Parts: sequence; C-alpha cells; structure tokens
Amino acid sequence: MTEPLTLFDKLWATHEIVRREDGEALLWVDRHYVHEGSFNAFNQLKARGARVAEPGLTFGVADHYVPTRGSRRVIDNPDIARMVRTVEENTAEHGIALFGVEDPRQGIVHVVGPEQGLTLPGLLIVCGDSHTSTHGALGAYAFGIGASEVAHVLMTQTLWQRKPKRMRITVSGCLSPGVAAKDMVLATIASIGADGATGHAIEFAGPAIRALSIEGRLTLCNMSIEAGARSGMIAPDETTFQYLKGRPYSPKGTAFERAVEAWSALTTDDGAEFDREVELNAPDIAPIVTWGTSPQDALPIDASVPDPAREPDAARAKYLREALDYMGLMPGTKLTNIAIDRIFIGSCTNARIEDLRAAAAVLSGRVSKVPGLVSPGSSAVKRQAEDEGLDRIFRDAGLEWGESGCSMCVGINGDVVPPGERCASSTNRNFRGRQGPGARTHLMSPAMVAASAITGTLTDVRPLLAGRKA
Amino acid sequence: MDKFIRLTGIACPLDIANLNTDQLLPARFLKVPRSAGLGAALLHDLRFDAERREQPDFPLNRPAWRDAKIIVGARNFGCGSSREAAVYALYDYGIRCVIAPSFGDIFAGNAVQNGLLTAIISDDEAAMLMGVLGEKPGQRLTVDLEQQTIQCGNRPFRFAIDPVRRTRLLNGWDNIALTESYIDKIAAFKVSDRTRRPWAAPSQ
Repeated sequence: MTEPLTLFDKLWATHEIVRREDGEALLWVDRHYVHEGSFNAFNQLKARGARVAEPGLTFGVADHYVPTRGSRRVIDNPDIARMVRTVEENTAEHGIALFGVEDPRQGIVHVVGPEQGLTLPGLLIVCGDSHTSTHGALGAYAFGIGASEVAHVLMTQTLWQRKPKRMRITVSGCLSPGVAAKDMVLATIASIGADGATGHAIEFAGPAIRALSIEGRLTLCNMSIEAGARSGMIAPDETTFQYLKGRPYSPKGTAFERAVEAWSALTTDDGAEFDREVELNAPDIAPIVTWGTSPQDALPIDASVPDPAREPDAARAKYLREALDYMGLMPGTKLTNIAIDRIFIGSCTNARIEDLRAAAAVLSGRVSKVPGLVSPGSSAVKRQAEDEGLDRIFRDAGLEWGESGCSMCVGINGDVVPPGERCASSTNRNFRGRQGPGARTHLMSPAMVAASAITGTLTDVRPLLAGRKA
Repeated sequence: MDKFIRLTGIACPLDIANLNTDQLLPARFLKVPRSAGLGAALLHDLRFDAERREQPDFPLNRPAWRDAKIIVGARNFGCGSSREAAVYALYDYGIRCVIAPSFGDIFAGNAVQNGLLTAIISDDEAAMLMGVLGEKPGQRLTVDLEQQTIQCGNRPFRFAIDPVRRTRLLNGWDNIALTESYIDKIAAFKVSDRTRRPWAAPSQ
C-alpha cells in the first residue's frame, strides 16, 4: 500500500527533475505565458545573449496595456504603445506565438489560457503575474513568478522551488441563489485573512466546489493569491473534461481519451494529509462586498462598516481607521447606504461569459444610475456575448461595452477610476490606488456590480433577481 | 548580484500591515525601464500627494529616516502583485533589508533574486523594534546574515530566513549558472516526460 497523496503532491512529483539536499527542487515547466509586463525578463536574456529554451511551450498575449475603449490600432500614449510593441518584438525575436492586440484569440492571459485549451490538468504553468493561480481551476499547478524567474524559465524551461505546505479548503452544501464563486472566495479570504494561506498551495474541495462551473472555479482559484497562496487548485472532473474537449490546443481524438484517463488520477487520495484544513458551509455565504483596502475587508451586504472605536485591539483599530479614511467612509455606515460613482465589470477574475450573463440577467430591461465599463475577458468572450445579445443589454442600460484586456482592474492602459471616485468592481484587488490614484474600489460579484449600478448604491442582488432567470 | 553579509544602517519603521506591491511601486511606474532607476517611485502615492508634494508625516520623508537602508515592516509585507519592480524600487532607493513578521511569497522570492534580504521576526519583536525606532528616529541597526542576528543598541534579535536563500545572498549567486550545471538532467527529463505524459504538449 503506497502512502496516500494529495493532488498537489502528485502534481509536484511529476515535475521534479532533481531535488537537492537543502530541499529545493528543480521543476519542469509545461506552459509559460508572457505579456507586455515581461519586458524586464526579455531584457535580462538580451543582457546575457541568451535564447528562449522552449519557444513552443511559451505563449504571449497582449493584455495589460492594450486599450479597452476607443481605437486598438492607434494608441495615443507613446509609452503604452511602446509596451504593446515590445511584447510583439520580443515574442517575434524568439519565435514565440503571440495573441496580439489584433488577434481574434487575444484576451486576458488567465482567460485565454483555459479558453484555448493551453491550460490542461496536470500541467505546471507559470506567468509573471500573481493571478496565474487561476489556471489551477483545471487541475494544474499554476503560480505567479517575478521577472528574474520569468527569465530563468525562458532560458531553461525550469524553476527552482521549495515545496509549499498543503492546505485544503472544503466547502460543503450548496450556494444559495444569487450567491456566486466570487462570494465564496471573498468569504474565504475574510475568514482566513490576506495572509491566511501564505506558504501554502490550496486545494479547493467539497460538494459546493464540485457544483461550480469552470468559470466559477477559475474565479475561485484566481483569488487564492489574495489569501496569500501562490497557487490554488481543484481536482479535474467530468466538468473539466467537458470544458476542454474540442478546445484549439487540447489533445484531439484518442489522444484526448488517453489524456482523460491520466487526468482522472489527479485527485487527492483518501487519507492524504494536509498541513492545514479549513471548512466553510456554502449555505452560510451571502452576497459579499469589500469595504476597505484589502480583499480581507469583506462583509455580507446586509452588514455595516466596522467601527474602530469598538475595536479592542489597538493595532486592528489603527488598521480600520486608515482603511475607512482612504475609503471615505464613516464608521457604522450600512453597506447598502454607500453611494457609488461608477461600475466596472471585467478582469481575469470575473469577465468570462458566465460572468457577463449573470450581470446581464440583472441589468436586462433596467438602467444604470452611474456610468460604467464592461470589458469582456477575451476577444472570444466578446464575440460570444455579442452573439447572445448581452452587449445590447449593457448598452441599453447606459454602460460602455469595451474591448478585452486588464483594463480598469489595474489601470495601466489609461482606463482609470478618477481620484476620490467610488467604483463597484468585479475585480480582485481593492488596494489603495489600484484602479487609479485615489480611486476607491468595492469588490463584488458581477451580479452584485449590476445590482449596484441599478440603484447607485451597494445593493443586495437577490431581490432584483425575483422572477428572473439568473 | 551584490552579496549580502552584514549591514549597518538607519532603519525606518513602516507600521502598515499588508503593505502590498501596488503601494511599494504603483502600477503606472511599471513601464519605466530598470536602467532609469525606480528609487524615486518607491511608495510614491504614500510619500507624495496628488500634486507631488511630499507628505511630511510619512516616515521615509522625515529627515532622520530619509537615508534608511533598512525597513522594519508589519505582517504580510509585499503581498499582492508579482511585480519584481517593487523590489527594484526598494533597492534603487537604497534599501538592502526589510525586517517583518511575514512576507508575500512572490515578493520574498523576488527579493533574493536582487540581493535584498527579507528577515523574519515575530510580531512582538517587530512591535518592540518599531517602538524603539519611533523613540529614537535615525537609530541604526546592524543586520548580520551569517549570524542571523539584528543588533539594536545592546539588544540582539534572531531572525529567520530560508537557508537556501541565506546561502544565495551570502554568496551573491544567481540561479542560472547553477541550473546550467543540470543541463543533462533537464534534457533526460524532457525525453522521458514525453513518453510519460504525451498529452502535456500543446496539440495544435
């Protein structure tokens, strides 16, 4: 009888080329995604006169800096234009496939990888972006790396790592109507804290996880990093296999059947041990919004903003005061009384087709009280949404229907929330200045963003779904 | 990469929990090439107001801490985005060591690639150290990586660091040369892996 292993143990072992006595292992990388921000790493290669070891396993996308409103071909800001041009030049020079700004496959790297079937169960995937944890939703070991590590992978297709600890987050029961994967992950982060999973690889498990679509699973794993974990993963199952079948880069025909056989073994064995276990009950999770400047500052929509004066711990009281001061909120304010200035639906967290459908189901036949931008997660998502008529629902509601890219989540393509404005956002980070200097971000699910758009304040989506197919 | 063995320098307290890399280097500075230097952009939106005037109360703007080489931070220092340029900004400003109860995993990995020491102490020790530094602005600390100690006046603290990272910092090693010595093993792995996992290659 062999020792029972976790999914993560299996993924790690498959990729270990050598393990040194000091505990660090050299891991083989199956997929490496690069984007405009990877220029520092390409510069390191240039400085060493090095070449890319495995251009066929490396894929480039233009997402971080591409315009998501107005012309995509003519970029007014010369610095932004240079960033988009640089990824084109670097990938061309090294023979790397690029999903560039005019490519029909273009989109946010963490949307495109799964969508194209590049992200598969059992793979080790890295990218110079912390939200690479997203790809774990398909049963891959995927994590974000810095520029020096990007350069190392480009040159060797390997990476030195120390094996992280294992954490399992089990979610039992069933999510209530109007409650989404985003609420599940915000509830998790609020429960364990923004550093609750630091040093760990998370496996999400349990009936509520199994019931999630791939889009929901991608949202969940995407935000693992907001709890401190570099990677989050979900064992592949029939939902995963169905999603991958027929994708452009997925195995075809009998090769696919053989792959499914191999992927089916990628589960945590009964009795396998985790370094830490966390349990949540799905029916207890309500729609959630953030009120502060860290994703851990999250509360159910019927709650009120915390009051530092009632906080016995001095350090915690200081933390609350600073967050409320930046967010321009009075202690004790009911969340549903917080007025917003604009909305944003987009990002690698929540801009897939299911996310747009959920927002459109709320907005259909209604009008937004505030301006806002909807930026689909990929150009393919955009086409599909238009085929389904979702773009018309957003436009009729008074929202702008944009192009695909990281857009207003990180604000480096020029689409920012103006200083002091408050934005209901389907993104992943409510950090100070994340959506632009002085911007105030409230994170929530796409359906909750849509509900807030309709009322102009943070709003519980559930009553707005009455009599509708969500 | 510069070695890190021992450092004596002014230590600036930054009592901000979850100080993420978006604060260390706001995203709009990510376009700036490393060669241009990123020190001026370090903690930009906390050090400066919207009109680019200095915030006089921010610790790094106070005369006693302006030339800090060490930062004493709070828990989860450097969480968030993987941007290695957050480390470049610290380094280019002149910071060579950050002492905190915990660090974001990606940030700590990026730090060692650039010769920046991340030294881990307990929450209580961090609070105590911040207290001492707050009472005596401009106080110097000595950080000794061989001994794994921080000397604050007569008070020594032990700090923790991953032993592999410690060795790399002490020697100023980067990983590429090391990895190249395993080139045969990598090639052999690649061949056997293709038979073991034929489905792993992109199929188009």
